[in-house]
Amino acid sequence: VSTAVETATEIQAFQVEIPKEKIDDLRRRIAATRLPGKELVDDRSQGVQLATLEALADYWATDYDFGRVEARLNPLPQFKTEIDGVDVHFIHLRSEHDNALPLIMTHGWPGSVIELLETIGPLTDPTAYGGTADDAFHLVLPSIPGYGFSGEPTEIGWYSGRVAQAWAELMERLGYSRYVAQGGDQGAAITDDMAHQGPEGLIGVHMNLLRSALGDVSSLPVESDQERSALAQIATFRQSGFGYFLEQSTRPQTIGYALLDSPIALAGWMLDHDTDSYYKISRAFVDREPVGGLTRDHILDNVTLYWLTSTGASAARSYWEGGRAAALAAGKAPSPVSIPVGFTTFPGEIFQAPKSWVEKLYPNVTYFNEAARGGHFAAWEEPQLFTEELRAAFGSLR
Amino acid sequence: MSATIETATEIRPFKVEIPDEKIDDLRGRIEATRWPTKELVDDASQGIQLATLKALADYWTNEYDFGRLAERLNALPQYTTEIDGLDIHFIHVESPHEDALPLIITHGWPGSVIEMLEVIGPLTDPTAHGGSAEDAFHVVIPSIPGYGFSSEPSEPGWGSGRIGEAWAELMSRIGYSAYVAQGGDQGAGVTDAMGRQAPDGLLGVHFNFLDAVPRELLMAALNLRLAFSHDDREQLSKVVAIFMRGYIAEMGEHPQTIGYPLVDSPIGLAAWMLDHDADSYEKISRAFLDDQPSGGLTRDHVLDNITLYWLTGTGTSTSRLYWETGRASTASFKNPPPHVKLPVAYTVFPDELFQAPRHWVKHAYHNLIYYNEAEKGGHFAAWEQPEIFAGEMRAAFRSLRNGSSS
Repeated sequence: VSTAVETATEIQAFQVEIPKEKIDDLRRRIAATRLPGKELVDDRSQGVQLATLEALADYWATDYDFGRVEARLNPLPQFKTEIDGVDVHFIHLRSEHDNALPLIMTHGWPGSVIELLETIGPLTDPTAYGGTADDAFHLVLPSIPGYGFSGEPTEIGWYSGRVAQAWAELMERLGYSRYVAQGGDQGAAITDDMAHQGPEGLIGVHMNLLRSALGDVSSLPVESDQERSALAQIATFRQSGFGYFLEQSTRPQTIGYALLDSPIALAGWMLDHDTDSYYKISRAFVDREPVGGLTRDHILDNVTLYWLTSTGASAARSYWEGGRAAALAAGKAPSPVSIPVGFTTFPGEIFQAPKSWVEKLYPNVTYFNEAARGGHFAAWEEPQLFTEELRAAFGSLR
Repeated sequence: MSATIETATEIRPFKVEIPDEKIDDLRGRIEATRWPTKELVDDASQGIQLATLKALADYWTNEYDFGRLAERLNALPQYTTEIDGLDIHFIHVESPHEDALPLIITHGWPGSVIEMLEVIGPLTDPTAHGGSAEDAFHVVIPSIPGYGFSSEPSEPGWGSGRIGEAWAELMSRIGYSAYVAQGGDQGAGVTDAMGRQAPDGLLGVHFNFLDAVPRELLMAALNLRLAFSHDDREQLSKVVAIFMRGYIAEMGEHPQTIGYPLVDSPIGLAAWMLDHDADSYEKISRAFLDDQPSGGLTRDHVLDNITLYWLTGTGTSTSRLYWETGRASTASFKNPPPHVKLPVAYTVFPDELFQAPRHWVKHAYHNLIYYNEAEKGGHFAAWEQPEIFAGEMRAAFRSLRNGSSS
C-alpha cells in the first residue's frame, strides 16, 4: 500500500521530446493551408486579418526554428506529478537566496508556461535584474490540466476551483509551508479560487485581471470616470470580441476539431483574444516591430506548443468548466477572502480595473498599482515591469 | 454602349465543374484529420460529439460519391448573371403549367441551394406530387452572394437589404412581373427586407422563421397589450438563447477568424456546420450513427451541402453575412425600416428554434394572411420535409394567385 501511495505522489523529472514526424507534419500542414479571401475592412473589426496570418504562416514555415520549444523548456527544471488523477507538469526553480518567497504563478488562455518564461530570471535571481536578495522568489509554474504538457482531464469537474485545490496540494508536495500565488486571465480565476479556499500556507495573492468583473459588474460601483470607463471597456469586449469566449464556454468540442486539425486556424483563434494584444502581435509579424516580449518567436513558441501537445480542445474545455461552475454557484456567495490581496492594473488590459472595484471584491487589499506599460499578457510583454510589481506587491508579506 | 449593357445584364447558363484534384485534396485532408479526444459528456452539451463526426468522416471518405454534387445540380437549369457587381448563381425551373406563380426561395446558413432541391418537383410539378395544376410555381432558387457558386462580395454592405434589392432585379431580369418570395433562417432576413422594400411585382411573402428586426420582434414579444402567457415566456427564452450561441457571436463579430478553419479543415467545417441547433444536430447525428435519417436529412444530402461549402471555399464569405446582419440590426434600432404592408404568410415548424406564436407574427407583420403550425419539420423544413413544405407554399399563396390574375 505504501508503495502505491509513494508512486502516486512521486515527483518525476520531465524533459520535452518532440518527434521529428510531428514537426514535419506541422510544416506540411502550414504549407498546404487553404486561406480565405481578405477581410472586407481595414482593421480588426472582422477578426484576425489575412495579412497578419499570412505573415505568421510565412515566418512559421520559413524562418521559425522548431527546436525552440524544447531548447527553451529543457534547460529549466521541469517535473510531473499526479494530482487528483491528472499528471501535472510544472517548472520549478529555486532561488539561490534561501529566504526567497515561494510563488506559484498560473498562466491563462491562450497562454501556457511559455508566457511566463521571461519572468523566471528577474523573479528568482533579482540581484542580476535590478533587485536585491530580499526580492527573491522560489518559482513554481504549473501547466493547467488540459494545457501544454499537463495531462488532460478525462471527466468533467476540472473548473478553476479544482485546479486551485491541486495547486495547494502541489505546493505542499514541494514542501512549501508559506507561499504566495499569482495569476492573470484563467490564472486569475484559479488564484482567486485559491484565495477564497485559503489553504494552509497561502499567505497572499496577486492578480492582474479582475476576473469576476468580467462576468458580473452588478455589485460594483459605477460612479467615477474611471469606473464608468472600465464598464464601457467591458461592454466593448462583450460586443466585439466575445465570440471565442462564448464558443469555448458552450461548445468547446465543436471548435476543438478546427483547433486540432488546422495550424493556421489554431493560430488565428489564439491571436484573436483582445484588441490590444492582437494589434501588438500583428505589428510584430507584419511590421516586425514587436512590443516587449511579444516577439514573433515567443508567439510561435506558444502556438507551436498548443499544436504539438494537441491541447486546443482540452484547453477550450476549461471555459466550459468555468461556465458550468458559474451556473452551479449562482446565488451562493463564495467564502470571503481574508488573506492579503495585491492587484496591478495594466493599461492595455481588456479593462482597467479601478481600485474601488478591487477593494469591493477583496476586503484586505494590501497593494494596488497602475503599471505604466503592458497589456493582457503582462508577464510576457513586460517581464521586468511585471516582476517589479510582484516584488512590491509581496514585499510586506516576507 | 448597348453591347456593354447587354453583357452586364446577360443571363448565362451555368454548369458545375469540379476538378479531380480538388476532390483528391479534400479526401486527403479528411483522411489526415488530427482528432481531439472525446468530449467529456454523454450528450451534445460540449458541442458536436466525436462519434458523430467520426461516422461522418468515415462515410465521407469511404462511401460518399463525390460526383453527386455536380450530378444533382447539373440536372437542373442553372444560370449566373451579374447584379450590382456580383455574379449571382441561381436555379430556375419553370413549371409546365403556364399560370404558375413565380416564387423566389432563399436558403440560409449553414445551407445552400442544396437544401431546396427536393421541393423543386412538388412546387413546379404539383400534379405529380399530390397537388393540382393551380398549385404550380415557377421556382427561382438563388445562391446568396458569398454562398455556393455566387461570387463573394469584395466590400462591406451586402446585408439582407442589398440582397433583397438584387433579388428584385433578378426576378425582373428573368421577366417576372408578379411573384412571391419565401425564406427561413438568413433567407427570412432577405425575404423580410424584400417585404419592406416592396419592389414592383412582389405580391406577398412567406416565412418559416421570424427574422423581423430584433426591436420589432422583442416589442412583439414584450408588448404589454399582448397576453403574456406561459407560452410567450417559453418562446421568448428560446429567442434569447439564440443570441447566446457561440457560432452566432463568432460569425457576427469575427467572421474572418472562424473563416480560417472553415476553409482549411473539412472536419472543422463539418463540425461548425452541424452545430446549428439541437434538433437538427440530433437528427443529422442519428443519420450518421444509426443510419436513421429524418426525412430529407440523409447522410448524402447533408454531405452534398458540406462538400459544396468546401469545394467553393466559402466558409468565410458565408460567415460574413452574420457580420453584415449584426451591423444592420444595430443600425435598425436607430433607423427602423418601413413596415411590411404586403401580405405575409407564416408557417411554424414544431422543431424550429422557437415556435413564434401567431400574435408575435401578427404584431411584426400586420397584414398576416396565413398562419399555420405544420405537423413535422425543424429548422431545415424544406430539406427535411419537402412535401409538407410545398403544401405550406400552396396554401399560403393560394389567395394571391387570384389577385395576380385579375
